[in-house]
Order: sequence, then structure tokens, then C-alpha cells
Amino acid sequence: MSGDRAWLKVALPVGVAVIFLLAWDAAVRVSASEVFPRPLEVARGIGELAQKGLLVKYIVASLFRVTWGFGLAVVVGVPFGLFLGWFSLAYVAFNPMLQIFRPISPIAWIPVAILWFGITDLAPIFLIFLASVFPIALSATSAVQNMQPVYLRAAQNFGLSRLQLFRRVIFPSCLPQIITGLRIALGIAWLVVVAAEMIAVNSGLGYLIIDARNAGKRYDLVVAGMVLIGIIGLLLDLLVRRLERFDEVRWGYASR
Amino acid sequence: MSNSASAISVRDLWMSFPGKQSGQQIHVLERIDLDVAPGEFVCIVGPSGCGKSTLLNIIGGFLRQTRGEAIVEGKPVTGPDPRRIFVFQENGVFPWLTVRENIGFGLLAKPDAEREKIVAHYTEMVGLGGFESAYPRELSGGMRQRVEIARALAADPHIIYMDEPFGALDFITRLKMRADLVRIWQAEKKTILFVTHDIEEAVQLADRVIIMSRRPATIQQVVPVPLPRPRDLDSPGYLRTRDTIFEAMGMSLRIGESLTSTRAGTPPLPAR
Repeated sequence: MSGDRAWLKVALPVGVAVIFLLAWDAAVRVSASEVFPRPLEVARGIGELAQKGLLVKYIVASLFRVTWGFGLAVVVGVPFGLFLGWFSLAYVAFNPMLQIFRPISPIAWIPVAILWFGITDLAPIFLIFLASVFPIALSATSAVQNMQPVYLRAAQNFGLSRLQLFRRVIFPSCLPQIITGLRIALGIAWLVVVAAEMIAVNSGLGYLIIDARNAGKRYDLVVAGMVLIGIIGLLLDLLVRRLERFDEVRWGYASR
Repeated sequence: MSNSASAISVRDLWMSFPGKQSGQQIHVLERIDLDVAPGEFVCIVGPSGCGKSTLLNIIGGFLRQTRGEAIVEGKPVTGPDPRRIFVFQENGVFPWLTVRENIGFGLLAKPDAEREKIVAHYTEMVGLGGFESAYPRELSGGMRQRVEIARALAADPHIIYMDEPFGALDFITRLKMRADLVRIWQAEKKTILFVTHDIEEAVQLADRVIIMSRRPATIQQVVPVPLPRPRDLDSPGYLRTRDTIFEAMGMSLRIGESLTSTRAGTPPLPAR
């Protein structure tokens, strides 16, 4: 039975993808649309991008911005979140302000980002940072707040200093939940890079979509950009999920 | 009773918690007096929720009493101390560390070679040889509890506090753990203060059994257990001691017998 299941895990999603592509193709043919591309035209569009050397260039440009924006968010968000989780007065002081900033869409920040950073890479990096720093910080905060008290008491019993307590007990006990926060935040960061590139820069997958639309209504390239964004988003999620397989954090997830 | 040589000495200790309504106090412990000699194995039994865990947490330094004194090894308790290790009911083994790293947790200040030697010694003693590199999630509940006991022993404490450490284990595992604990205690000469709600467990383990009443808890009776070890669970002495405690706690040993027929003046069977 388990052998059958492994086979099904590949066959079922591939089957769904094939049905989706066929339905898409049929829908375009039935509607006789002049503009909307069929799947094969999109594939040819991706091939064309690869030939011109734009495929790799745009993907790298988008990943570069996500790496910087998300990386900064991790460096700031994790320590700040742990700090808020540990010191309850700091949490009382900062949390309302965080909750006010959090629901403001990064897209609302676009004019401000242009004002502060101009049309440079810094603008989308800033937007990605803003989008991912809140979920990262909040997951670290709740990880500390929901920590099993027995771990803390056991650690105190062994006479650890504050620094040792943090390094050997608080941080490792929070790590599974922090990784879950990183996963959510990376998904959001990838969502935002596309929006950010639509206004601010002249490379990247978001730029590709807007540029293809404006320069000659190349909808095959618009959809090619969308497909690439989806596939890279999936790969990024798989990458972060691998972190959850490490022995040091596996205890923190329900076995699946 | 002279207490200058006591490992643990509790004098006129009271504990209350603030209740739900402001100004209301819930009295948990009243007038507790208790002495434990060095090397002694003492069990505290009492009905569920009577405050025996609270008492152990005060002596262990995790809670502060409302009134009175808890003196351990000649000094008033001000907080947890690595010379006295607590073994927790809910298992305090760190899931992100291997068995080896858990057992060596209290030994970080020691040089590597010495730490390894100590860890190997206690890994063997609790019967976990071969599982050094396993993570707690790969172990059974009984094995995890053994890791925690080994971690406590490896830190070489004078006193070990145990708060219903076998409560979550199945019957057979519990019997085995008790036998192993007595063997280890005899080898290591530690003072052990052990809280349980299981009367049989207390009689199998302890030199003395302290019976606490229902809340607000006082010490109702102290029953010495002058039985040789290993203990025969069929011997008349064992059965007599066990029945004494059952009776003191107001329980009948005959299922189905009316509780009102037990000795007058004893508290009724606690609600389950």
C-alpha cells in the first residue's frame, strides 16, 4: 500500500496539471481569443526569453531582491521578536504599534519607497523587508511566549547564565516555530517582489509582466512571467520545508 | 527532632494563592513541618490536587511560600540550585538534543573527556546504552523518563526531587522504573524526595511515607516503612504498611464497600 501511495503522490498532481493545461487550451480555442495565449505559446515565450538571455537575468534579479529584503527581515525580525517574547513589558510597549503597521499593505508603501530610495533596487528591497519582517518577528514572539515552562525550569535548575539559557534552551525551543514563520514570510516576500518590480525597476519577473503588456501586448510573455513566478514560489517553499527535516527541529512539527 | 543535620527541613510553612475574586486567597498548605535526613528516600502521598506538588516546588525553589521556612542543606531556599535537581512530571528532557547531549546538559563546565565518561556511566546505569545518539521523540515515555533521571544524576546533586515522575507511564514500565530507581538510589546515596498519588508506589520506594490531607493540606501522618530491600510485594509487612496508608487516607480496599463504613473521622474518598 505504501508503495502505491508514493506513486500516487507524483501521479495525482501531474494528472491535475495536465487536465488544467488541456482545459486552458480548450477554453482559449473555444473563445477564439486573439490575445490570450495557449499553453504552448507560453512555453515558446519562455523559450524565447531563454534564447535572449533574459530568463536567467530576470529570475536572478528577482531572487536577488528577495534575498536582500528577506535576509534583512530575518536579521532584524528574529532577534526583535525573541526580545518582545521574553520581556513582557517590551511586548506591552511595542505590540500595539506593530499591529498598526502590520495590516498596511506593502503596496501602499510604494510611493514612500520611491520617495526615499528613488528608482533603485533599494525600493523593492525595502518593500520586501517590510512585508516579511512582521510575520517573522511575530512568530518569534509567540514562540517564546508559548514555550513549555518545563524546559525553562529544567534549564534554571542547572544554573545556566542568561546567555547560556538563551543559546541552549530558549532559542532551540523556539526554532521550529521560527522556521514556520520564515516559510510564511518567504511566501509573502515572493508575492511582493512582483508588485514592487512593476513600478520601480527595469528587470525581474514583475518587470517582465508589465513590460510585455506595455510593449506590444505580448500576453504570451505576461503569462510566462506568471508561470515562472508560480514555479519559483513552489521551489522556494520546498527549500524552506527542508529546514523542517533537521533533527534539531523535527520534534516541533506533527509527524507527517 | 534535631534538624541541624537534616538535608531538608521545613518549618511552619504556609502557602496560599490569590483566588479568582480580588482579595480572595486559596489556602493550599498549612503548618507544614517536615525533615528529611541525608540519604533518605521519602515519599509524599496525598489526594490529587492537595498541594504536594506545590510543596515540592517550594522546596525546589520554583515557588515562594507565603509564610514559614524551607531550609535545604542548612540554607533557606531562594531559588533552584544545581546541587538539587528536579525531575518533572511532564518530562523536561530537551527534544532538540540527543540522549547523550541531554544527559551531559549539566556538565558543560567540565572538560570533554570527563564529561563523556560521566555521560557514558549514567547512560549505562539507566539502561540506555546504544541510544546515545537518539532524539527523545524516537524514545518511549519510559526511556525519556530514564534520560531525565540520568541527566539529574550526571549533575551529581546531593538531593533529587521527583514530582510524580512515573505518572504518565504504563503499569509494567512503572514497576520496572521503581525497581531501577531503588537500585540507583542504593548505589548513589542521594537524598530523594518523591511526590506521588500512588500509595503502592510510595510503599515500594520509601524509607518513610508522608501522608498529606486534602486541601488546605497539612501533614496528616508519617508512616515509616522499615522493610528490607528488595521489597517483597506479597510480604505481610508490605501489605500491612500499605493498608495503614490506605486507611489513613480514608479508602477502602474492598471495591464496592460503602465508604461510610470506614473508620470514623477520616476524610471521604476524594472525588476522581
